[in-house]
Amino acid sequence: MEDCLAKKMEITVSEAEKRTGRNAVNMQETYTAYLIETRAVESQSEGQCAPVDSLWRRYSEFELLRNYLAVTYPHIVVPPLPEKRADFVWHKLSADNMDPDFVERRRIGLENFLLRVASHPVLCQDKIFYSFLTQEGGWKEMVNETGFQLKADSRLKALNATFRVKNPDKRFTELKHYSDELQSVISHLLRVRARVADRLYGVYKVHGNYGRVFSEWSAIEKEMGDGLQSAGHHMDVYAASIDDILEEEEHYADQLKEYLFYAEALRAVCRKHELMQYDLEMAAQDLTSKKQQCEELATGTVRTFSLKGMTSKLFGQETPEQREAKIKVLEEQIQEGEEQLKTKNLEGRDFVKSAWADIERFKEQKNHDLKEALISYAVMQISMCKKGIQVWTNAKECFSKM
Amino acid sequence: QDLSLPNGTPVDTSSPASSSSLLNRLQLDDDLDGETRDLFVTVDDPKKHVCTMETYITYRVTTKTTRAEFDLPEYSVRRRYQDFDWLRNKLEESQPTHLIPPLPEKFVVKGVVDRFSEEFVETRRKALDKFLKRITDHPVLSFNEHFNVFLTAKDLNAYKKQGMALLSKMGESVKYVTGGYKLRSRPLEFAAIGEYLDTFSLKLGTIDRIAQRIIKEQLEYLVELREYGPVYSTWGGLEVELSEPLEGMSACVGNCCTALEELSEDMTEDFLPVLREYILYSESMKNVLKKRDQVQAEYEAKLEAVALKKEDRPKVPTDIEKCQDRVECFNADLKADMERWQNNKRQDFRQLLMGMADKNIQYYEKVCGTA
Repeated sequence: MEDCLAKKMEITVSEAEKRTGRNAVNMQETYTAYLIETRAVESQSEGQCAPVDSLWRRYSEFELLRNYLAVTYPHIVVPPLPEKRADFVWHKLSADNMDPDFVERRRIGLENFLLRVASHPVLCQDKIFYSFLTQEGGWKEMVNETGFQLKADSRLKALNATFRVKNPDKRFTELKHYSDELQSVISHLLRVRARVADRLYGVYKVHGNYGRVFSEWSAIEKEMGDGLQSAGHHMDVYAASIDDILEEEEHYADQLKEYLFYAEALRAVCRKHELMQYDLEMAAQDLTSKKQQCEELATGTVRTFSLKGMTSKLFGQETPEQREAKIKVLEEQIQEGEEQLKTKNLEGRDFVKSAWADIERFKEQKNHDLKEALISYAVMQISMCKKGIQVWTNAKECFSKM
Repeated sequence: QDLSLPNGTPVDTSSPASSSSLLNRLQLDDDLDGETRDLFVTVDDPKKHVCTMETYITYRVTTKTTRAEFDLPEYSVRRRYQDFDWLRNKLEESQPTHLIPPLPEKFVVKGVVDRFSEEFVETRRKALDKFLKRITDHPVLSFNEHFNVFLTAKDLNAYKKQGMALLSKMGESVKYVTGGYKLRSRPLEFAAIGEYLDTFSLKLGTIDRIAQRIIKEQLEYLVELREYGPVYSTWGGLEVELSEPLEGMSACVGNCCTALEELSEDMTEDFLPVLREYILYSESMKNVLKKRDQVQAEYEAKLEAVALKKEDRPKVPTDIEKCQDRVECFNADLKADMERWQNNKRQDFRQLLMGMADKNIQYYEKVCGTA
């Protein structure tokens, strides 16, 4: 069991800073830069703390890193980045990328991303990832030099693969179906949760009006005045309490969002399998047809229609030399094709094996994380109820003194 | 019948009434509220009546009493809303110097509410019960002839048709002229009451609006919650390992919905009507203040007229004496009623607001339970 990077190195995204600069087309832009701090974990050293290394990265560099990882390790469920733009927003939250709350939640999300990668048994060993954390200058060039963009399969091709794959591994088909459903249900949940938060906010805030009117009313009362006034104060406390409650809930929403995006990563692995399977089937098909062509040329029977065949029939047979040459070319191609097929088969099987291993790892991680998220959400709800009981009990006491 | 004081202590009903104690009560002595209760009235058992011309609800009005003014110790009659309305009008006519409690609104405010629905009928029943109890508690109003008939007559309509007010033993035959006398200035203490009532009903109006807004927001929250819960269930169906916590979450949200529904219903049925009652109360009280002004204005005008005549009079004419009496009586009645009203108001609102706090506490306790 290899030690993953996370155990050897402390990684934090500790700060976020607004910057202005010039972009690719020399236009001024504002963006946020994030400070990544790393420190080697010293085992049992007394009083000695390793120095902290740090460098600044912006979101687009994180994106570049993730794209690189996704292409380079297609059999791995690569951890997702926090959302690019604020989504599932309820009215109090800003949809503005520059909003400090959004930036803060993004900072946490980026740190989480780095920790996920650093704890992954395969990904943590990647050199580009390590340089991302430690090498300030020239990192972009280093990534581009790997030529990973060339390896990237165009999305269009992947889409076609879905239709025409004859024999995909059933587990991947099921998994893709699952990831679609997961994506759908979590999106729905997040949308409704945002609306629920909105409404709850409204309920709490209106109670603040009681505070004001009780205070005004207490001014004209003699015996009732004190009780009303102090009860009003508790109503103000109640109304104010919702801000913290909902801020905490955003954390739960972020945990759900991570798995929403993880579903996408899952689907990507399934698509990769389909693509490989598609390539394999195409190659096999191609090989079969070449073999058939060869056989026909050798035996002189034409089973498959070809324009060349027809024209040669109409305009005269080819010479035996010409035929020999053709057969020879085909035989070479067939041999190549058989080797390629063998390789592709092996690659396909390897892919399935390693992908499935990572998928199992992911499933365990997902179940653990989501269970924890649900439990902590339930705890949040209980805490909210307890606060509510406290406030109303206080108010009731004030009323009883009226 | 459960006979007990507002604070819950059971009452001894064996103390006899006497005609002298009658006169004692005329002195508007508040000690009555303590131990010597001798009249108990309850409104319950609503029933729907379907006739050819109309459909309406009647309520059973039960009376238990040891007062001499009543022939029997117990009565049970059925009355409908218009009977209560008639009673209130008669009381206003015959006891113009007193504050008459309000009735629940005659017509349904929002046309959406079904006036035969259980909730509406129950809300109305409570208000009618409160109305009669307030009269019962009043040392003068509770002895009113019309009130007696209302509680006892088998056929109230016959009595209504008589149209004659039976002469009461208390000299209620005083008729108050509302002829255009204008008061120069209201005495300080009544001006203060007037101002107080103005601000009071304003604040209650605001609270009513806030409470309605909260109910509205809660119902909109409820709509979203109803969609929220089932999504967890759907997700639970998708997962194997997580189905338990997910189903649990779904059930919890569902439970929250039920509790919230109950809270909103309670607020609508128990909280809002009482607020509105007090707003109506304030309005009718302000009218009584105006009548008092009229009486004082008449007295002052007549006094002035006499002074202008500059005649040598051995004594003040009886007409003006009567006016003076009227003013003093009115002032005394009103002041006493105001004090009583302030006290009751404080208790009513204490109970109302504590009730509101209680309902909210119960809501959170219910949600906490399953979370």
